Amino acid sequence: MKPLENIIVLELCQYMAGPSAGLRLADLGARVIKVERPLTGDAGRQLAIKDLFIDGNSVLFHTINRNKESYAADLKSPHDLEKIRELIAKADVLTHNFRPGVMKRLGLDYENVRPINPRIVYSEITGYGSKGPWRDKPGQDLLIQALSGLTWLSGDKDDPPTPFGLSIADTLCGIHLTQGILAALIRRHKTGMGARIEVNLLASVIDFQFEVITTYLNDGGKDPERAIQGNGHAYLSAPYGVYRTRDGFLVLAMGDLVRLGQQTGCEAITKYDDKNDWFLKRDEILRSLAEIISQKATGEWLEVLEPADIWCAEVMDYGRFLAHGGYRALQMDQQIHLPSGKSITTTRCPIRIDGELYFSSRPGPVLGGDTGAIDQEFSIKT
Amino acid sequence: MIKPLEDILIVDFSQFLSGPSASLRMADMGARVVKIERPPAGDISRHLYISNVEMNGDSSVFHAINRNKESFAADLRHPEDLAEVRALIAGADVVMHNFRPGVMERLGLDYPSMKKIKPDIVYGEISGYGTEGPWKNKPGQDLLVQALSGLMQLSGNADKGPVPMGISVVDILAGAQLVQGILACLVRRGVTGQGGLVQVSMLEAACDLQFETLTTFFSDHGQPVQRTTQNNAHPYLGAPYGIYETKNGYLALAMNPVPRLGTLLGCEPLTGYSDPASWFHQREEIKDILRRHLKTRTTAEWLGILETADVWCAEVLSWPKLMSHPGYHALEMEQTATMSDGYTFRTTRCPVEIDGEKLLSGKGTPKLGEDREMILENLKTHRHPAN
Repeated sequence: MKPLENIIVLELCQYMAGPSAGLRLADLGARVIKVERPLTGDAGRQLAIKDLFIDGNSVLFHTINRNKESYAADLKSPHDLEKIRELIAKADVLTHNFRPGVMKRLGLDYENVRPINPRIVYSEITGYGSKGPWRDKPGQDLLIQALSGLTWLSGDKDDPPTPFGLSIADTLCGIHLTQGILAALIRRHKTGMGARIEVNLLASVIDFQFEVITTYLNDGGKDPERAIQGNGHAYLSAPYGVYRTRDGFLVLAMGDLVRLGQQTGCEAITKYDDKNDWFLKRDEILRSLAEIISQKATGEWLEVLEPADIWCAEVMDYGRFLAHGGYRALQMDQQIHLPSGKSITTTRCPIRIDGELYFSSRPGPVLGGDTGAIDQEFSIKT
Repeated sequence: MIKPLEDILIVDFSQFLSGPSASLRMADMGARVVKIERPPAGDISRHLYISNVEMNGDSSVFHAINRNKESFAADLRHPEDLAEVRALIAGADVVMHNFRPGVMERLGLDYPSMKKIKPDIVYGEISGYGTEGPWKNKPGQDLLVQALSGLMQLSGNADKGPVPMGISVVDILAGAQLVQGILACLVRRGVTGQGGLVQVSMLEAACDLQFETLTTFFSDHGQPVQRTTQNNAHPYLGAPYGIYETKNGYLALAMNPVPRLGTLLGCEPLTGYSDPASWFHQREEIKDILRRHLKTRTTAEWLGILETADVWCAEVLSWPKLMSHPGYHALEMEQTATMSDGYTFRTTRCPVEIDGEKLLSGKGTPKLGEDREMILENLKTHRHPAN
């Protein structure tokens, strides 16, 4: 049995962060019902990356909303609102990512929902929390990255601030929401109590930096310093970083420099026998190593370094990675099938339970496609 | 507030970041975490210093990751120590580790063996690359997994070569996935009484992190991932998405209609891009126009224009600027932790809030083995490790 079977989640979320939490809960066995505004639905239906659409919805929408149902309701209509209140009475979890104040105006804030269903786990995602000067700022991934200091950690010393090239804030915050929801469900079983869970994108990205921020808070507030070339992590010592080889790129993780010098034939770095220098003289060490590494092909280096148990790897692009036996052994991709007969390849839930992989071929729902069936199942007056 | 995981006991064999970051989250949610460490050095990350910072004898990262836990020193190669650990597990709810495949089996601490001691145990494990395939014995290290999984082609500009993400992102996500799996199994245990096995690999976590971009790559019939030559912030998004230099700093611009941006910024050439498809296909030239234009005024001047018009933008901050901003103070993200010897340090809190309250904890980091005697004493008297 999947762990979350019989759990009903009402998802009043759009875009990425909230729906990614719904996706994880769905893959772990929950029944996730997206409540969407009629005619347009989740704005993510029309938000495409690289302009990829399939049967009227963006590929992205299916990626994040596969394995869910859709219930159309106009929250501005008293009639529909009443239906939603009936659904709330039957649900275990409600998630929403409206800006602060919106749910209150709709009469769907926690204080109003709790009397309808005291056991509900009421969960909210905001951009910046419910107070402070940023509370009404748009909670968008790149903006959060920019404000959080994260952009000064990647890239090299002289590069401009470098964001993570994917929706990291949304991803993290969706995960944190899921963690909070699951913890509250565990407590509910024991105590009968419902819960209110709150996460916000900015807090999630601060948490993400917990190791380096803790270092910063206790080292007298030194700015992070990226390496001049091949930076892998602003706070880690040589040889940590990226190196160009004759035909590609190689990464070297943390390891003993003297041994690495011997294995690579990089005489210049064998003299650094004081570990403090591995950080303090990182740039000159990286430069010496880069010169040696550039002289041979990636494969040649791996043949020398891997048997010596030096932590290294080839840098791959998607083409190479996806064709590799190491990727294929994961059975990471799955097909989702649309009603039109078309299909999309996407990735599966990354968690194995009881040795089982959880696949689901169910696409993102047709807008309002499950409204009638849900009304009937829960005897909701229409 | 009743913390949601109160009364849950976790026996954690993991070290470094992936596993311990998972047990930290559960500790902050109320679980009791006992860290099993091998003497005399303990968790290797105790001495994995970053920027040479040492705090009360351990690395700053060790403190960040392992506060709010207990430490039990045990050498699992010694039968006596192993017996103690098994007794501890008999009273536990969760066992977790991040050894390479095969290690726990050799120690007799694998899931089938633990299930015999405690039938409803939830057993979590993190590997580098799963238990099968050509990479299964490769070291599960963050930068290596970033390199192999294609992640380094997403950040930075087109001419940069591979750009790693400057945080141990794969470790953190693998840990986060493990938490989800463990908690989901504890939900199920509440309903059915059964335990469960949760397995996560760093490589699967890296794929999941890239679920959007990988799906795009699949749908795109394998077109190479293309970063823009400048101002890249996401290889699959059109202009203006990116970070731009201003006269005195940097400004982030999310997705916004290009012609409207042109009007607001007084940048006439942008107003001609009326076809939304051009925002992706002609993003290089649009970004180029924007880049030249945004350099002419200060960040504050641009924000003054754009924020009023509800354009999605933000100033790029460094930590000192962030941490002196009221927007950061409003989050109350920091807390102080105190060790048993009185040493205190500042760190961040759990990002999840429950019932309107923050999940704070003032408990510091354990010294290696510092809770061993207390735990053994409790085991003797109560046959259960509770304190």
